[in-house]
Amino acid sequence: MKLIENVSRRGFLTGALATGAFVLGAKVVGSHFLAERAQAAGGVFQPDLFLAIDPDGTVTIVAHRSEMGCGSRTALPLVVADELDADWSRVKIDQAIGDPKYGDQDTDGSHSVRSFFDQMRQVGATGRVMLISAAAAQWNVSPNECKTEPHFVIHTASGRKLGYGELAAAAAKLPVPKKDAVPLKQRSEWRYIGNESNALFDLPDMVTGKATFGMDAAVPGMVYASVEHPPVLGQKIASYDDKAALKVRGVQKTLTIDSVTPPHLFKPLGGVAVIADNTWSAFQGRKALKIDWSDSPNQSYNSAEYRKTLEATSRQPGKVVRSIGDVDAEFAKGGKIMEAEYYTPHLAHASMEPPVAVVDYNGGKPIAWAPTQNPQAVQETLSGVLGIKKEDVTCHVPLLGGGFGRKSKPDQVAEAAVLSKQLGKPVKVVWNREDDIRFDYFHSVAAMYMKAAIGADGRPTAWLQRTVYPPIASTFDPAAKYADDEMGLGWNNLPFDIPNQRAENGPADYHVRIGWLRSVANIYHAFAIHSFADELAHNANQDPVQYLLNLIGPPRVIDLGLKGDDAEDAKKFPLDTARYRRVVEMVAEESGWGKRPMGKGHGMGIAAHRSFLTYVASVVETEVDNKGEVHIPNVWTAVDCGTVVAPDNVRNQFEGAAVFGTSLALFSEITATKGAINQSNFSDYQITRMNRAPRKTEVHIVASEAPPAGVGEPGTPPIAPAIYNAVFAATGKRVRELPLSKTKLV
Amino acid sequence: MINLKVNGKDRSFDGDLDMPLLWFLRDVLGLTGTKFGCGMALCGSCTVHQNGEAIRSCTTSMKEVAGAEITTIEGITPLHPVQKAWMEIKVPQCGYCQTGQIMQAIALLKDNKNPSDHDIDTVMSGNLCRCGTYQRIRAAIHQAAKEIA
Repeated sequence: MKLIENVSRRGFLTGALATGAFVLGAKVVGSHFLAERAQAAGGVFQPDLFLAIDPDGTVTIVAHRSEMGCGSRTALPLVVADELDADWSRVKIDQAIGDPKYGDQDTDGSHSVRSFFDQMRQVGATGRVMLISAAAAQWNVSPNECKTEPHFVIHTASGRKLGYGELAAAAAKLPVPKKDAVPLKQRSEWRYIGNESNALFDLPDMVTGKATFGMDAAVPGMVYASVEHPPVLGQKIASYDDKAALKVRGVQKTLTIDSVTPPHLFKPLGGVAVIADNTWSAFQGRKALKIDWSDSPNQSYNSAEYRKTLEATSRQPGKVVRSIGDVDAEFAKGGKIMEAEYYTPHLAHASMEPPVAVVDYNGGKPIAWAPTQNPQAVQETLSGVLGIKKEDVTCHVPLLGGGFGRKSKPDQVAEAAVLSKQLGKPVKVVWNREDDIRFDYFHSVAAMYMKAAIGADGRPTAWLQRTVYPPIASTFDPAAKYADDEMGLGWNNLPFDIPNQRAENGPADYHVRIGWLRSVANIYHAFAIHSFADELAHNANQDPVQYLLNLIGPPRVIDLGLKGDDAEDAKKFPLDTARYRRVVEMVAEESGWGKRPMGKGHGMGIAAHRSFLTYVASVVETEVDNKGEVHIPNVWTAVDCGTVVAPDNVRNQFEGAAVFGTSLALFSEITATKGAINQSNFSDYQITRMNRAPRKTEVHIVASEAPPAGVGEPGTPPIAPAIYNAVFAATGKRVRELPLSKTKLV
Repeated sequence: MINLKVNGKDRSFDGDLDMPLLWFLRDVLGLTGTKFGCGMALCGSCTVHQNGEAIRSCTTSMKEVAGAEITTIEGITPLHPVQKAWMEIKVPQCGYCQTGQIMQAIALLKDNKNPSDHDIDTVMSGNLCRCGTYQRIRAAIHQAAKEIA
């Protein structure tokens, strides 16, 4: 199969680029799981990614993944530019619209670099080979006599050189070489991959206010809309009075949107929309609406009672998702047993940019400008709610002001589309912060039950873990009560050297829309596993780091017995306890574990977790003051994420993960009363501010030539258990629920 | 009807005087570098300068800025040492809150040429960053202070 073709010969992009441009399209064959996702999405898997060189030497690289702060819009083009041997200062990035031809564009799961690194190298290297061929032909020499330096082909013997721009027209006429005729650079030849000085492409625009986020999208003739949603999922409008709203200055009219019915997918929630001349008028108009809502079965949802239900379920046998040896036989032997229960609440994403979208219905060929992690989901969703073909939906992707998983779910884009269709003009839907907090696709509330049989040496001989929460699947199938993909997120792959192990999952009903949030189920799974491991260490009077290393056991590759695609994944990314041990040893060394003098109220805690194929260990130092307030002077994180493209950005991501982890450990909680969410803004849904953030976070990256693994998410899971373990070390108090602000420490 | 100056230009407004300055800047003038985050002065994304002082434009009504000189991120030219430090230390991740952070930091350094960590924490804790770039923000402010001194 021909993987890359020279599309300039087919006249592609001729409108967009100067005549004579050299355009290289790559049919990127994704890895199996990408192909599967694309098929599941109903798309034809014939993706094209484009690299173009203008006669003036401008290199245009298409970024097909969304930029929400993780850096993939910079990292993937850097990889192309490196293999092309382009001058990065002459590279322009063109953000792709949503189109299945690009393959998977769902920027989640920490897999942009992981899934596209090899292909991006191939695209760049193919371009370089063709530019060399074009120059060699012009000089009438063999391509073997030529080399490149950024943006030039050089004839080594004579020193003659030609710029990439000068060669563009000639290269555009050449056939694309076969893959085996395209040498990739040696690692030592990389200029950009792994370079400390790599910075975000959009950095200058971000500090001057020129960067365009979804919130900043505007089109001529657009009106503004704000939607009063049903307070409880499933409520419908019984009656409403908009007289006062229509008197608000700037308000044009009101429209209703039908309430969502299961499966919720990414459909609009429903409610009353106020259409106005500007955002403020729309907000004010909403305040003047009087709406009576019908009853919904979800009005039975009260967080305190629901917690009891989850915990009761966690004490009953569940569905077995992994079993080694025989835990029951070991428990029955009558030795020492340890049990513990952990609880974690719902969380909201609370990205700094609330959900927002501009859609122009455009006579049935809608054009959307949306800060979305997944423009193809916008195409599909709009296709569904408008009853049109998804190919007829154009989705532009501005920068996202944070995403964290929320912006994979384009329900606000669907609202704008429905309203634009009714109004016959472009509509900008702006969610306020209260909408964002109350109507999120929430991170699941979860209850975990843990049980271990303890041997004479203080180490567990049997380990049972049971987890219960409303699954993400419930958003797509209302009958779903058991977790699915979440099991692979730190539950069915415990890397501990314990002869008898069983992991289970119990059923739970949903009452709000459930979604994925940065590192997803790893958050509560790592919290339970690493809190419990620490409890066992202290029970055995053993050092928690040494105890953890003993739990991980000797260096080995663990066969998780995975099947199909997961087994294929495991070949490229085996679960390697040597790498697990290394991050634990590294973080212990860097943090001065066991050697740092700890003042009064200070303590250190450790947790280590592998997620998104990256190994991470964090040590946290906490200081509990005389009011019981927890401060974090230091965090040390060691990370092995394989080959790194942008090391400084990787450090930034893990520094940020320490803050994100601090938020959920210390402050954040979403609760419901009679089905309605109690929190509304940063006053009552608190996230970490500078004065409570870790004062210093050191990130140590393991030098590795392994394939690149995830970066955006894996820093989060170890932080909460490491904080709690540190608080135990400081105070002797074992707290088993998030967030810590609910527990009085003094 | 009120008059005000925005980034040195004379502007007038005859709409609802209760409307916050934020929406005048964004929806009327198209100055989108000032961001909407919470609408309640809880996050600082909307920070601009009124007569050189940092204010939250999401809760400052048009009435309150009659006759005022407003500076937004677009009005910070040429590049300020704070912006240069932000680039050198590579502070941003998603970037959304950063214009508000920068406007707050510029105001801080105007009042306090050599802020301590504690001074920075005190002033900057009103500006939220969900990506968690606080450590770099603090470092960039120290660096800018040195540059200015």
